[in-house]
Amino acid sequence: MSERVAVRKTYKLFIGGKFPRSESGRSYIVQDSNVVLASRKDARDAVVAARAAVKGWAGATAYNRGQILYRVAEMLEGRREQFVALGVPADEIDAAIDRWVWYAGWSDKLPQVYGGANPVAGPYFNLSAPEPTGVVAVAAPEAPALLGLVSVIAPAIVTGNTVVVAASPAQPLPAVTLAEVLATSDLPGGVVNILTGRITETVPTLAAHMDVNAIDLTGVSDAELAAELEVKAAENLKRVLRPAPAGHDWFADPGLARMTTLLETKTVWHPKGV
Amino acid sequence: MFEYAPAPESRSVVDIKPSYGLFVDGTFVDPTDGGSFKSINPASEEVLAEIAEAGSQDVDRAVRAARKAYEKVWGPMPGRDRAKYLFRIARLIQERSRELAVLESLDNGKPIKESRDVDVPLVAAHFFYYAGWADKLDHAGFGPAPRPLGVAAQVIPWNFPLLMLAWKIAPALAAGNTVVLKPAETTPLTALLFAEICQQADLPAGVVNIVTGAGDTGRALVEHPGVDKVAFTGSTEVGKAIARAVAGTRKKLTLELGGKAANIVFDDAPVDQAVEGIVNGIFFNQGHVCCAGSRLLVQESVADRVLESLKRRMAQLRVGDPLDKNTDIGAINSAAQLERIRELSEAGAAEGAERWSPACELPDRGFWFAPTIFTGVTQAHRIAREEIFGPVLSVLTFRTPAEAVEKANNTPYGLSAGIWTDKGSRILWLADRLRAGVVWANTFNKFDPTSPFGGYKESGYGREGGRHGLEAYLNV
Repeated sequence: MSERVAVRKTYKLFIGGKFPRSESGRSYIVQDSNVVLASRKDARDAVVAARAAVKGWAGATAYNRGQILYRVAEMLEGRREQFVALGVPADEIDAAIDRWVWYAGWSDKLPQVYGGANPVAGPYFNLSAPEPTGVVAVAAPEAPALLGLVSVIAPAIVTGNTVVVAASPAQPLPAVTLAEVLATSDLPGGVVNILTGRITETVPTLAAHMDVNAIDLTGVSDAELAAELEVKAAENLKRVLRPAPAGHDWFADPGLARMTTLLETKTVWHPKGV
Repeated sequence: MFEYAPAPESRSVVDIKPSYGLFVDGTFVDPTDGGSFKSINPASEEVLAEIAEAGSQDVDRAVRAARKAYEKVWGPMPGRDRAKYLFRIARLIQERSRELAVLESLDNGKPIKESRDVDVPLVAAHFFYYAGWADKLDHAGFGPAPRPLGVAAQVIPWNFPLLMLAWKIAPALAAGNTVVLKPAETTPLTALLFAEICQQADLPAGVVNIVTGAGDTGRALVEHPGVDKVAFTGSTEVGKAIARAVAGTRKKLTLELGGKAANIVFDDAPVDQAVEGIVNGIFFNQGHVCCAGSRLLVQESVADRVLESLKRRMAQLRVGDPLDKNTDIGAINSAAQLERIRELSEAGAAEGAERWSPACELPDRGFWFAPTIFTGVTQAHRIAREEIFGPVLSVLTFRTPAEAVEKANNTPYGLSAGIWTDKGSRILWLADRLRAGVVWANTFNKFDPTSPFGGYKESGYGREGGRHGLEAYLNV
């Protein structure tokens, strides 16, 4: 009897809830697999998908977004063996799952912690509340490939932003596998879009894109490139998260800054009277 | 219009020196290269004083003084004591409020009733508010023991010279930073009087440094490698240049930039109140307000009624001597700004909008512009897209709430917006959809030290005021 031939996986992009190949038809070999080499056009297509998803996702209730992020944690727990097979250490998988749970709980708490009533000196109702900034471009950290990726996606989307993420070029397989987790977690298509390939090809396009509201340069380790990207981002005054310092501890408490940098504060006034 | 007798505020309360140096390390010093410029009264074109122009060496000196004060005095000082200095400053501002108000109106051109009743009281309130934060930073929601950033470089505009100074300096000092501030070149005088107040308060030398000058001085300051924080209020164009200049550095940046706010009037709004709000929204401070309600969006069914009432109200506005207590609209701040307002207004007429101003006698000397509205404006017109920063209102109409949202958000800016309607649920529905940092419902142009202010999109990032305003000056 002959040995069964395994069915191999094709690793593709994740755009608008679908798994397309690059419009450029290119791929590169990494982690013993062919992985899509996303083009600038793919990056722009991903922005279109992310923008289309903003209205529904930002408009969803905080309770709903929290449940969906928790659902991601459930799905990731169930698929942990896939990440083990890709060589992701068990403690990193644990931390990644726990991170989804941590952020899931923030969806309906951050507006209370980060906003509130302001005691103005006059007969006015005055309330400040955070709102998502919109579409966020993210350069994911090169490592740890799974925990780093989760640690940049979750804080951006929990508040209602949508993201276009450039995955770690050297370890893209956990990113594509995470896309499969997201695709089965009731997350609306387009909320998270994942590009594989060269940072130098996709991220400059995203940094200069006029329909992107913020950019997270966490994974850009080349200081000169990071400065160039920040200059491009100034064209429409994108909100900027600068690169993580070398040796950043991804297992530590993330704090609030990743969420708050990607938020706008809106303050509403109304007179009191009869 | 009733004839009123002139009721000018006396300027004898102010003692303007013939010339002013830079305020560095607690004393007034001459600039290294001896450069200077003149500050004039825009209502008369009279020269008020000769002002030192800081070159890059002077800026460097100021930054070093601020660094030294940060490391030796202000950084290590307990918050409780920083608070007391800020409370002292707030009190001195209250005590010298008449002087500050008159000087602000002289140097800026704004009506005395605004500098006296709005600007200066808000300045004192701002220092008083942030003073109380200095020893409570652990409880501000940024985690335990948040740290200051170090030396803050602050560049402010000419429209609210002293108020913008307060918005910059009060939170910076409360959080434990030291500052180098550059006031606008057309309105340096109240900042220099504030420097004297710092001396009077015995504020330690180097905690506040004031460097006067124009664009080159500002550039030298924000690009100085010794600053940890840059805060700018001004035009979007300059804001973008600053964002590029600090790219790749460790400097934390906050920007409060231009606006083109929609003031949206629905058919159920009380017309008289709405008209007061429209007038306050665009003619307050001669329209030199980044959050001015410069685009009136009025529901088509009531447009004629609202416009008729607005014109009647505008005919009652008194334009003239800023020091006269009856004046509603003072002088345009500078010849350059007057030229920009004229140029855009001419473009408005040339592009086909209909221009209207009340009959209005303007003084012979100084810089003046009559309150003006344009009707028949489309979204493509320059006067509907560009910030005019003057007493010029562009009127557009809409039919449905959805169309109002669409038009209101159709701008790269996102600083403020106004809503006028009697229906509460509609206010909240609309407020959710407006991409703007401040939404005034059935009111406009209200400010308070506890209330965060700042924009979405190309109106900048970061907030000034309230608990949020501390974040800009803390390492969080």
